Parts: sequence; C-alpha cells; structure tokens
Amino acid sequence: MRAVIAEDSVLLRIGVVKVLEMAGFEVAAEVADAEALLAAVEEHRPAIAVVDVRMPPGFTDEGVRAALVIRQQWPGTAVLLLSQYVEERYAADLLSAHTSGIGYLLKQRVADVEEFADSLRQVAKGGTVLDPQVVSQLLVRRHSDPLDRLTPREREVLELMAGGRSNAGIAAQLVVSESAVAKHINSILAKLDLPKTDADHRRVLAVLRFLGVT
Amino acid sequence: MHTTARLRRVILWPFQGAGRPVAFLATGALIQLAALVVMALPWIFLVPETWAATLLAVLVPLAALVSAGPSLTEAQRGRFRARLGVHIPSPYEGSRPSLPEWLRSPAARRQLGYHLLFGPLLALAAVFVLLMWAASAVAASIYVWIWLVPPESRLGQVGYTVLAAYITVAGIALLCAASWLSRALARLDTRTATLRLGPSREEQLARRVEDLAESRAGLVDTVDAERRRIERDLHDGAQQRLVSLAVNLGLAKATLGDLPEDARRVIDEAHREAKEAMEELNDLVRGLHPAVLEDRGLDAAISGIAARAPLPVGVTVNLPSRPAPAVEAVAYFTVSEALTNVVKHAQASRAEVTVECLGATLVLVVSDDGVGGAEPVGGTGLAGLAKRVASVDGRLSVDSPVGGPTVLTVELPCVP
Repeated sequence: MRAVIAEDSVLLRIGVVKVLEMAGFEVAAEVADAEALLAAVEEHRPAIAVVDVRMPPGFTDEGVRAALVIRQQWPGTAVLLLSQYVEERYAADLLSAHTSGIGYLLKQRVADVEEFADSLRQVAKGGTVLDPQVVSQLLVRRHSDPLDRLTPREREVLELMAGGRSNAGIAAQLVVSESAVAKHINSILAKLDLPKTDADHRRVLAVLRFLGVT
Repeated sequence: MHTTARLRRVILWPFQGAGRPVAFLATGALIQLAALVVMALPWIFLVPETWAATLLAVLVPLAALVSAGPSLTEAQRGRFRARLGVHIPSPYEGSRPSLPEWLRSPAARRQLGYHLLFGPLLALAAVFVLLMWAASAVAASIYVWIWLVPPESRLGQVGYTVLAAYITVAGIALLCAASWLSRALARLDTRTATLRLGPSREEQLARRVEDLAESRAGLVDTVDAERRRIERDLHDGAQQRLVSLAVNLGLAKATLGDLPEDARRVIDEAHREAKEAMEELNDLVRGLHPAVLEDRGLDAAISGIAARAPLPVGVTVNLPSRPAPAVEAVAYFTVSEALTNVVKHAQASRAEVTVECLGATLVLVVSDDGVGGAEPVGGTGLAGLAKRVASVDGRLSVDSPVGGPTVLTVELPCVP
C-alpha cells in the first residue's frame, strides 16, 4: 500500500515515515505543505495520506481543508490528521462530511509506535480513528441527549469504540471479557435507537451520535 | 591662603546663589516690559478722546497679548529652564493646540492669569529688588563715590566720614536683604508659574494614570509575546526532538525482536521516559501559552482544559469577536487555575464554565457543586489569579459559602 505524508517538521516526518514503513506502507511522497500534498495524492493515489493540521503558509488549518478535498476528490485515499492539540471542530467538520477513512490523532501518539501503526492500517482500510482526547473534548460539548441514558461503563466502551478499538481491544483496555464488551455494545446500540443494519455500520453510527456530528 | 579663602567665603556667604535669581528676575522684568510696551503702544501715538477710542486703545493690545498667550507661556518656560534650571512640564498633552482650542481650555485661564496679573506683579517686585541691589551697591561703596567726586564739589565738609560709614553699613545690610529677597522672589515666581503655566494637578494625575496604564498594558503584552515566543521555540525545537526520540525508541522496541531481555527492558524504560518527558513538556507549553488559544481562541482552548479535567465540565462560550490577546490569556489561565482548584479542593461532581460578553465586559463564571469554603485571599492560587486579572483591569470575586456551591466570577474588559 502506498502512503504520502505532509508534515512541515522534518524530525516528525522522518519518524512517521519510519512507522509507516514498519506498518507495511510504501511511502510514495514526503511533502511539507497542503498544495504539494494535493499534487502528490493526485499523482500517487495512495491508500493513506498522513497530514499535519498546521502547515505553511498560514499555519492554521491547511491540513484539515486539504483532508476534506482529498476525501471528496479521491475517495480511495484515507486521511489521518496529526495535530499538536485537540480542536474538536476539525474532527466534527471531517466526520460530518465523511464517516470512513478518517483519523484524527495527537502528534504525541506517533511515539506509541505499534498503536500508531494499527491506527494507520485501520484508517487505510476505511476505518475511523479518533484520539481519546478528541473524544473527551467532544463530550464536553454535549449537554443533554440520549447519551445521558448510558451507564458510565457503557460510556467508556463507547469512547473506546470512538477511538477505533475493536471489541478485543476494548476488552483488553477495560480488563473485561470480550462477551461483556459485546453485551455493553448491544445495550449502547439499543439505547441510542440506532436502526438495525449491518453491525459495523451501526458501530460507526453510534460513534457519530456519540460525537454529536449526526 | 587658607584664611583668605575662608574670609572670601564668609564675605560672599550672603550672596551665595543670588546670581541666577537676579538674572532670572531681570529677564522676567524684561518680558513684562515688552508686554507693557504693547499695552502702551496706542497711547504713545494718540491720546484717545472718546470712550470708544479709549476702550479700543485698551482692548486691541489686550487682545494681542491674549492671543500671544501660548507663545508667552513658552517664553516663560524657557526663562525658567535657562535661568533657574527649573523644568515646568508642558501644559498641553502632545502638540500645542490651536488658538481657539487653547482659549477654551482651563489651561488658558491659568496661563493668562500669570501673564496679565501675577507676572506683572512679580515683575514689579523684581524691579524693586533690582533697584534695591543698585541702591545698596552704591551705598556700600559710598567711599569710592566720595573719593571720585572732586574735593571742591563735595557737599558737606563736616562728619561726612562718619555718615559715610553708616551708609556703608546700611548698604551692606541692604545687599544681604536684596540677595535674600531675590532668592525668595524667584522661589515665589517658580511656585506661581508651576501652578499656572504647567498642567494642573488633575491634569498631571490624569496624564500619569494614562502613562501608567499604557506602560502596564505594554508590559502585559510584552510578557505575553515573550511567553508565545518561548512556546513556539519549544514547539519547533525540543518538542519535535522528543517526539522523534520517542518514535525511534518505539521503533526499536517494535522491530528489534531478538534482543536480550536486559536490552529490551532498557529500551522499554527509555521509551516510557521519553513519552513522559513529552507529556511534561506538553503540559509546560500549555501552561506558558497554549497554541490552541492563539490559533482558535478561547472557546477551543477552554474546551481543551475541560476535556482534560478529571470531572465533567460544561463549557459555554458566547463571544461575538475575539478579545485582546492579553485578555484571552488571562481568561484562559483563570479557567485553568479555577478548574485545578475545583479538582483539588471542592470535591465537586461537576463544574460549569460560561464566558460571555456583556457590553464592554467579558464575564467569566466558573461554578461547581462542591463543598465551598474557598478563601479568596488565603489560597496562593486565587491570590495569583486576582493579580493576573487585575493586570488587565479586571475584577475577580469568589462566592463560596461553606457547604458550597462555589462561584468564581471574573470580569475583564473586552472591547468589541
């Protein structure tokens, strides 16, 4: 699988490239700004683009805007955004336009090499990965809604789901059995009044409702 | 040698420091003389016969003097500076106002009071003192004059030496008096002029307050800018390097599968340390000046604090536009500190943060449902916060009855 990376900090770029290679990606292009990123995606049609939110020339949200363009024009390319800090509006912007092949992580997560490699693979496969901090920040904005009906445990499970964990991953994190996790998830889906479609899609919908973007 | 020096000192003692006041008084008298000439000008050429003509002959030169008021003030300030080394602050803020503006100002009334009333009176006194100098100098040196006059023309032949001795003594006494009077008069003139030609006390205070407010705002901004610079430097330098280090250690951990157990443990440890250092540096940078605050404003930055807090925090930010950077920073750190206090002391189950703009005031409220009893002065955190709030002319109040709830309200200026 091919990947491109857009990151203006050289050190971090080298690090991410190494992790990408470790995760089995072939890095087709390394660029430092949004314009070059779009050109590289056009040229290489990678499976994933790893994009810094803040890039030259404006150092504001160039990466987010580029990500929206990429998901729109080249649906085959997933985007994983890296950010120094959490801005939940970016996540909301991204997720309200696209519900798959999107990731939003803090830069510091790159250091957890194996988890980061997992996230890269998941996003490239069309999954959604959100940083736990993004998730908790989105929660701050929620005031009253069906989510209040969830028990604290269910809420924890939902947060981990939003973070892109599988049932096994959630079970490991919470130190419970996988069947317990499945039970929690069923209960969550019921409480959120989600339509019965295929399981994966319901999971995504639950997460989106949780994040307040649908 | 020593004795002559001492003798000279004793003789000159009464006149010590009289030279400058005398020169000063003489220039003052000259300026007033010039004004007098202006006033007298019409009368030199004609003697007005009707009432109207008399009125005109008085009013026209008076009007000329009044309109020359600002220049006269400058001349007088120059006189004080050059002759006495006394600086009378400019009565105007910034440049000199136009004549109509000047005439309407209270400063004009004060200055004209000096030019038309106090100045002439003081000049009259000065002329008297100068005459006194001349007369006493002549009297003190009466023997010289007597000697100069040819003997056949001398008036009295009898006892003139005794009389002359009296006159000499009186002259010396008068010289001392003139010296003292010159200094006293110069002091009186200085006091009058400072009150009348400089800014009034209120104006001085107002100007001082303005200057202080400006310099303080500048200081606050400088500190803010400096914090931001440090934040950027850390972000571009140490932070990136640490991430890179942690990534490399993480890669080593993940890829070097066949390492001996010891080496693996060391790498593990190093990786964890690097990540912890990264976290600590992140916290430090956030404490200096969070990038999110500069980029995205208060709403996003406060949500960030709320998300990191270990208890549920509701955030409502309603601002029509972004306040000044210094105000934003104070608001941000207020919320940060307040929530830290809530977590440490309040035993609350949740907290609420609201920020809104009411007119020109940004009102920030942090409330919790905890145990209350927070001391506004006792806690160093709150005291530091109050100082920070005061640095941008804000106000902080804490309502925290024992048993709760605690409500912290901060009002900050917010120019829309």
